[in-house]
Amino acid sequence: MTSTVAVPRSSSVFRSMSRRRRLNKIGSYVLLTLLAAVFSFPWFWTVTSSLRSADEVYLFPPPLFPRVAQWGNYPRVFELVLFGKWFINSVIVVSLATLGNVISATVVAYSFARFRWRGREAIFAITLATMMLPAEVTLIPQYLLFKQLGWINSIRPLWVPAWFGGGAFSIFLLRQFVMTLPREFDEAAEIDGASTLRILLQVLVPLMKPVLATIAVIVFIGGWDDFMGPLIYLQSAENFTIALGLRYFAANEGQPGIPTTHLLMAATVMSTTPIVVLFFVAQRYFVQGIVMSGIKG
Amino acid sequence: MAASTALITAPRNRSFLTRLLGYHTQAETRECLLGYAYAAPWLLGLLIFVLGPVLVSLYLSLTKYDVISNPVFQGIANYKRAFFEDEQFWPSLGRTFKFALIVVPVGTTGSLLLALLLNQGLSGTNVYRTLFFLPHLTPAVAMAILWTFLLHPVVGPVNYVLSLVGIKGPGWFSDTQWALPSVVIASLWAGFGGNRMMIFLAGLQGVPQELYDAADVDGAGVWHRFWHVTLPMISPTLFFNLIMGVIGALKVFALAYVATSGGPSWATWFYAIHLYNWSFNYFEMGYGCALAWIFAAIVVVLTLIQFRLSRRWVYYTGE
Repeated sequence: MTSTVAVPRSSSVFRSMSRRRRLNKIGSYVLLTLLAAVFSFPWFWTVTSSLRSADEVYLFPPPLFPRVAQWGNYPRVFELVLFGKWFINSVIVVSLATLGNVISATVVAYSFARFRWRGREAIFAITLATMMLPAEVTLIPQYLLFKQLGWINSIRPLWVPAWFGGGAFSIFLLRQFVMTLPREFDEAAEIDGASTLRILLQVLVPLMKPVLATIAVIVFIGGWDDFMGPLIYLQSAENFTIALGLRYFAANEGQPGIPTTHLLMAATVMSTTPIVVLFFVAQRYFVQGIVMSGIKG
Repeated sequence: MAASTALITAPRNRSFLTRLLGYHTQAETRECLLGYAYAAPWLLGLLIFVLGPVLVSLYLSLTKYDVISNPVFQGIANYKRAFFEDEQFWPSLGRTFKFALIVVPVGTTGSLLLALLLNQGLSGTNVYRTLFFLPHLTPAVAMAILWTFLLHPVVGPVNYVLSLVGIKGPGWFSDTQWALPSVVIASLWAGFGGNRMMIFLAGLQGVPQELYDAADVDGAGVWHRFWHVTLPMISPTLFFNLIMGVIGALKVFALAYVATSGGPSWATWFYAIHLYNWSFNYFEMGYGCALAWIFAAIVVVLTLIQFRLSRRWVYYTGE
């Protein structure tokens, strides 16, 4: 009944609605573009500043683009500070940490998901509880432990712990994933005489690849960004990671007579580039990782 | 027949290990031992890097310990010191709360609005999403340097733009009044389009279209649709983002440490900087541990309060 009444009016209703929709759409695009411009501006400014000459940085009003792009600023960073060394240190620390995290968490998650052992449920509950614990609490005892081992001013404290299970979050994510894989896969391989290790490596790991990639991305970003760890453990400049080195550069910027802001900006750009590249290469895993960490809660 | 005899006789000659672990069969024992073997890295890690340090930290928080000489037990003196003697304890805590109270509501609202804008199915959404997300990828140290430059009182572009509209910009990071807002601006820039927005987007995509269609049939406007359909349906996502947002904001460290070293005159001296300073500049490890436990207690209590409050407003479809 109601529909027959509505029919004569519907066309005009639809027309006005579609006009409103179109206006909404234009409004949304304007807003999105405006916001995108505002959000992008800081990096736009940093990149263009990294290509200016020393004098141009201090011009007022500041020019939007450098007159001539000074690509030479980038190699100069490597001459001025130990940027290359810091970069390599970061790559080593983060690669070892990522590798250790992914490998050891896989093995541990396999144990939680597929083997019955005494104390498993209790240990798993404790593992989950550790996610609530702020890292600040264990910071000092860990420092004292590494001091005992003579590891202060080395990069070992920054990656060795990752090889011990990789932490609650990785273990939890991987365990949940392995539990969704049918046990029939394992059993079929077992009948064929495969050992438990071969089942893990040849049956399960190939299926786990997307989750492993996701975890690797999360750990990589976290490691690259980490500041407090290097600040606590590293003392001499040749051992610094990028994060610590960049701060060191900023704190000692512009030694007498040398304005180095443009070089500092070049260093800042270079310190972020690996993350941005990783984002574009592994965008799918990135987004998955974020959403997964959201589901965890 | 043979199999059943084996089953009956097996318990009688259980090996020592099988009896020790309380199992009946060899196979169960084998599975258990393999389980331990695979879990070994984490069993060790949990002990060495988590549970051990937790106990040590609890103990040290009750001592005076300067790393050089042995720890001296002194009861709850460190906690008393924090609450009643340390002049920067309450101010740093208050400052951190103030920071969280601005950054979490504003940041969460902003992320939700961006997600709503992106969730309209417009073409080109991916490009915008990436542009909003990129600031979040900036490492904290780079972020501090970049914003120190943008907000430079003399040559910074922000004050230049302000001067165009006749406003004399403040000293930002170097001004006691404006240092905290400067840290807020930098972290909001990175936070609006970051993980939070992505999680909101995933949440929004999970809202069934039927609910919107039903709301349309009922003649609901944009606001009603949002208030009565979208918001209840994404309330678990919102809740998660609030929990993580509060914890993240309370931990603010690298950004402020690099941009201002906690200054000028304590203006950005946050709790984590306070903790770091006592622990690793003055090497008062006992006091540092006490500060860490107070922080842990605050985080746990705030999270529990939020869980308690969530019963009133978070809607779970499954229930």
